[in-house]
Amino acid sequence: MSIKLGEVPYKDRVQTGIEDDFMRQAVSSAQGRFRNGRLTQAAELGNWEDWRELGSEIRTHTLQNLDYYLQQLSDNVARRGGHVFFAETAEEANQYVKNIIKKKQAKKVVKAKSMVTEEIGLNKALEEVGAEVVESDLGEWILQLDEDPPSHIVTPALHKNRQQIRETFAKKKGYTGSDTPEEMAAFAREQLRQDFLAADVGVTGCNFAIAESGAVTLVTNEGNAEMVTSLPDTVISVMGMERIVPTWEEMEVLVGLLTRAAVGQKLTSYITAITGARLEGEIDGPEEFHLVVVDNGRSKILGTEFQSALHCIRCAACINACPVYRHIGGHAYNSIYPGPIGAVITPLLEGYDDHKELPYASTLCAACTEACPVKIPLHEHLIRHRQIIVEQEKKAPTAEKLMMKGFAKWSSSPGIYNLSAKMAKPALGPWTKDGMIENGPGPLKDWTDARDFYAPQGQSFRAWFKQRQKDGETS
Amino acid sequence: MKVSLFSTCLSDILFADVAKNTLEILERVGCEVDYPMEQTCCGQPAYNSGYLQEAKQSMKQMMKAFKHSEYVVGPSGSCVGMLKEYPKIFADDPEWAEEAKRFAAKCYEITEFLVDVMGVTDVGSTFKGKVTFHSSCHMKRILGVKEQPKMLLRNVKGVELVDLPMEEDCCGFGGTFSVKNPVISQEMVSEKSRHVAETEAEYLVGADMGCLMNIGGRMRREGKNVKVVHITEILNTH
Repeated sequence: MSIKLGEVPYKDRVQTGIEDDFMRQAVSSAQGRFRNGRLTQAAELGNWEDWRELGSEIRTHTLQNLDYYLQQLSDNVARRGGHVFFAETAEEANQYVKNIIKKKQAKKVVKAKSMVTEEIGLNKALEEVGAEVVESDLGEWILQLDEDPPSHIVTPALHKNRQQIRETFAKKKGYTGSDTPEEMAAFAREQLRQDFLAADVGVTGCNFAIAESGAVTLVTNEGNAEMVTSLPDTVISVMGMERIVPTWEEMEVLVGLLTRAAVGQKLTSYITAITGARLEGEIDGPEEFHLVVVDNGRSKILGTEFQSALHCIRCAACINACPVYRHIGGHAYNSIYPGPIGAVITPLLEGYDDHKELPYASTLCAACTEACPVKIPLHEHLIRHRQIIVEQEKKAPTAEKLMMKGFAKWSSSPGIYNLSAKMAKPALGPWTKDGMIENGPGPLKDWTDARDFYAPQGQSFRAWFKQRQKDGETS
Repeated sequence: MKVSLFSTCLSDILFADVAKNTLEILERVGCEVDYPMEQTCCGQPAYNSGYLQEAKQSMKQMMKAFKHSEYVVGPSGSCVGMLKEYPKIFADDPEWAEEAKRFAAKCYEITEFLVDVMGVTDVGSTFKGKVTFHSSCHMKRILGVKEQPKMLLRNVKGVELVDLPMEEDCCGFGGTFSVKNPVISQEMVSEKSRHVAETEAEYLVGADMGCLMNIGGRMRREGKNVKVVHITEILNTH
């Protein structure tokens, strides 16, 4: 898999999402839960806006000095017996991991949840060299069994309900139990335990890498990352090149923002840290540790007006706050990064050709910007994308371009504007009934397909005001 | 106090009563109000659609129209929010950067102006009925005006104000979004309409005609009998 999920056109994806009642019900209730959790936790912590500001400052500082911190991280991982590989592209990253698998003659790879390995399509690459890849995050495991892509970056199987999950377990794993979450989770644990024990290599993502110590930290609730990093002899962590903090102190701030913003928790059940390989005299840690730092288009965002999009700590608060996402679901975005943050970073990483609709899949209501714990101005980035689509990519529809040219002329010429204010009522007269238009002409049609349009009430305000002034002068 | 009324193009052309009510409220609290005839549109339809050059033309027209105004006050959080963005938009334009800053600093949404500048939280109006309030996205998130309209509404004699479920959610208008993504927009406005109906309010009150014509148009289409009114109508009823 890569960033793009498939070839279905945007309109069809939206329609599919909207017609999927199960998915919409599941998404709506999850959104409500996460949203309330975030607000409750923010209120309980107090000074939420100050914490956001601090989070934003940490991310800004780190990104501005990214080269320095990456070097420091790399030196420290090497000092702790780990190997570091900087991959410019997805292919390079996959190739590096494939080489390790081949060298180790690994048959089975277990993975902890990781968006960046979804982004580079690592699973497919490893299957190509004959390795069996098992996802160990419950949501990811369900999706892997079902061959379904994630629809959310924190809870990837958000779009599925438990009946659907039970069916998948029954079909793919011979499950015969009930559809209670407890029983199904117990079944998954039992199945996955065998995989953990048999795995030759463990692959993880990275929530925050700590430059100062060379540690890779993983934030989970299921504890599967502990298993992935402690049972196999070889562990490979893959991180987006921006997922780094200077020291544990900044990590503490960001992890507190992450868990609160993501799932409304003060802290998750597990925070796992792996610091290099097991050195002589040490009692734990993998025999071999590799850190793959993935660029895959990120460095070209640095230094641009979109740089703050790299501040993202993948909490999905923007996704949980987005009403558009609620109605269409994650798959409609056709990207492993859905919702507002997906609409911002997908075109940056993969270009506009396949993703030009995404920046328009927002009312610019700014609920995303308000929710973001590190203050990414998401809705402003969406407007910037639109400007690029119009002015540089030249991908805007001709009718729209003409309309906007007309708009500019109209709104910069008071004479033309005045005339339009005078003509609006008579011009719309033929379509008006009881002050309303139910079947609008031309550009009004899309509006009146779903709702009535208000015809001008009477004369324009300016006409009334002129009359009022005149009456005032004569009385 | 001298105030220039910014009617917004929407209220000027489609909803003249909103601008009239705004004018009369301002006069009643003691302002001397003029209406610069050179004003047109804040530029938001073009700006939000990515047409920066086209948007700048209307923005310059607005700055010219209100050049000599002391205060600019309008009945829309969204349109006034757009005016407040001018300094960012013209930051690198040596000819307009300073003017944009001066201009934005004197622009206010009507409820914000009444409460924050005039210090008025009770305009002395009377309006009988059960009302619910839709808070517009741009007004609360871009302009940062959240409490002022409710403070004013609570002090209107006869008004029973009830909470709107998921009040903070967008109604699905989004300017050109409503016609570029009509299917999603319809789902969003239908959800909003359901929430309004749940309150059993007789009136849906808002401070932005963009949202109100979207929700009101949908509710009328669905045959729901809720009256949609701009907050200035309630504040100007005696």
